[in-house]
Amino acid sequence: MRVFERPKMLKDKVFHYCPGCTHGIVHRLVAEIIEEMEIRERTVGVCPVGCAVLAYDYLDIDMQEASHGRAPAVATGIKRVLPDRVVFTYQGDGDLAAIGMTETVHTAARGEPLTVIFINNAIYGMTNGQMAPTTLLGQRTQTTPYGRNAAKEGYPIKVCEMLATLDGPSYIARVSVGSYKSILNARKVLREAFRRQIEENAYALVEVLSTCPTNWSMKPRDAMDWIENEMQETFPVGIFKE
Amino acid sequence: MAEVIIDRERCKGCLLCASFCPKQLFTLSDKFNSSGYYPVEIKEMEKCSGCAVCATVCPDVAITAVDR
Amino acid sequence: MKKKQVLMKGNEAMAEGAIMAGCRYFFGYPITPQNEVPAHMAVSMPRAGGVFIQAESELAAINMVYGAAGAGARVMTSSSSPGISLKQEGISYLVGAELPCVIANIMRGGPGLGGIQPSQSDYYQAVKGGGHGDYRLIVLAPNSVQEMADLTMLAFDLADIYRNPVMILGDGNLGQMMEPVSFCKFRKRKLPPKDWATTGTAGRSRNIVKSLYLIPEQLEAHNRKLYRKFQTMKRCEVRFEEDIPEGCELLLTAFGTTARICRDVVDKLRQRGHKAGLFRPITLFPFPEERIKEVSSWVKAVMTVEMNMGQMVDDVRLAVEGRCPVHFYGRTGGVVPSVEEIVHEAGKILRGIKK
Repeated sequence: MRVFERPKMLKDKVFHYCPGCTHGIVHRLVAEIIEEMEIRERTVGVCPVGCAVLAYDYLDIDMQEASHGRAPAVATGIKRVLPDRVVFTYQGDGDLAAIGMTETVHTAARGEPLTVIFINNAIYGMTNGQMAPTTLLGQRTQTTPYGRNAAKEGYPIKVCEMLATLDGPSYIARVSVGSYKSILNARKVLREAFRRQIEENAYALVEVLSTCPTNWSMKPRDAMDWIENEMQETFPVGIFKE
Repeated sequence: MAEVIIDRERCKGCLLCASFCPKQLFTLSDKFNSSGYYPVEIKEMEKCSGCAVCATVCPDVAITAVDR
Repeated sequence: MKKKQVLMKGNEAMAEGAIMAGCRYFFGYPITPQNEVPAHMAVSMPRAGGVFIQAESELAAINMVYGAAGAGARVMTSSSSPGISLKQEGISYLVGAELPCVIANIMRGGPGLGGIQPSQSDYYQAVKGGGHGDYRLIVLAPNSVQEMADLTMLAFDLADIYRNPVMILGDGNLGQMMEPVSFCKFRKRKLPPKDWATTGTAGRSRNIVKSLYLIPEQLEAHNRKLYRKFQTMKRCEVRFEEDIPEGCELLLTAFGTTARICRDVVDKLRQRGHKAGLFRPITLFPFPEERIKEVSSWVKAVMTVEMNMGQMVDDVRLAVEGRCPVHFYGRTGGVVPSVEEIVHEAGKILRGIKK
């Protein structure tokens, strides 16, 4: 009996992500969910600027490439034209919570029926590891070489907690891909985020705590453990809006 | 008997599968693939229970199938 | 039978023209002096079965345009100078991804926050690119409320034909003034289906809307493809209006509001016995350089009038190539030049010619 199979929706191309980077796990989960829900032919994805800029090379669906931070606005345009299609964005922490925070907040406030997948790895991966809006206090990055100092660089932004105060969103959740069990939970929550859009015509955002072994200077397994042991202290996993 | 199918060309040797495998079955191959990575392999497949934890944690979906 | 005329502001005529041309999606952000456009859209779009969104910023608005255009819709946004500056990144992406849309700039004075009175100081920005990268927009310059409607209708067809954004370059004066306007029934041209749009993969292989090409040779090929489109525009889309008498001594060149004023200037000069002419580019890109080149071989002098410190005059000079003197007169900052002051300036040039 086959208990696991690579989703057909993933194209043949080998991911460009660094060894051990968990972007690939989230890509696979999204592909599995789209296949399972049988929505491939009516799904349109929006890729960000950042590490996932080439997501359209891997997911065999219609996709649009947005400029940095504007994926929610692009997705809004698509969804308003094609209200019966399933539209999702896939964005990193710099894209969603720094340059694109305005679009993030207002799209959520409008309650646009979209699914937003937010990869939080507490760093800018694509540009070699600068401070992200979600970099932890004390965390060393290329631009916080002495560790993020609240007096100088302020505090990490808790996107889920903030968006959960709005009336627009239907579902706000934070998950992790830092362990086997966490990955199984992430899959359930991501599926629910797609279901909300499809069945309830509602806005859903899932923040995924994800690794960046290269820029964290950690071995892939240590990076996963760091999510579970360190990152979740600042960013607790859970459902913030049901 | 269970079987794990590994796509050598997709594997980047990150060893997440090895670190999560409850039976510690994964080792690095001594021959690198065309991207220059040493991919993982399982020498004692008969010991595999087919739990698919390895496939779940593999970030490159290089474990393309698990049969049990 | 005379067509039914209605009294409208230029901004409203433009909005109405867009809806008549089949535009069903409008995304905008408030800024003076174009607020009548979103106001009209907010009322009329829902009635037409369309969508109006007041976006959170110009950046969001132009990127909603990107998404909607990529999904295959006729879509528009409008703004005024500072807001158009904010949209430039999005416009560059729209050209890169070959997405058709219409963008209106109802210009006001700059730089910076500038003022809210009419200006033509975004000519360079509109015709030379504006954002990053090597690209052009088709730029249409109306000079009446009627043309605000007519050229907007045309703009949607041109955008679809070339898969390129088209800009309506008006100014605060054209946007705010009221004139009678009549709407003829819009006859949409037969255009190829938008089989490149991201609508879901049902029954076909997938579509990707993007401007990213990481391999230099591929990006160069993409740029060459865009360049060929811009060359086709230059061959096929040049539009202008002219009234040039035989033996023309002074040819006034102007677009939009200043072209209206120069019409009166030319009449005044003729009453005084001067052989004055008027040349009005309707497309600023493609610029009617061939025609200007032709007439510059026999007119005695050219005078370009603009509401800026001299921008279109550069393109006039490039077309004239020294065959005759090219003079410039401009007011800026929101000041609209009067007929009398232009007549006075023209008089100085004419006296020089006749000496």
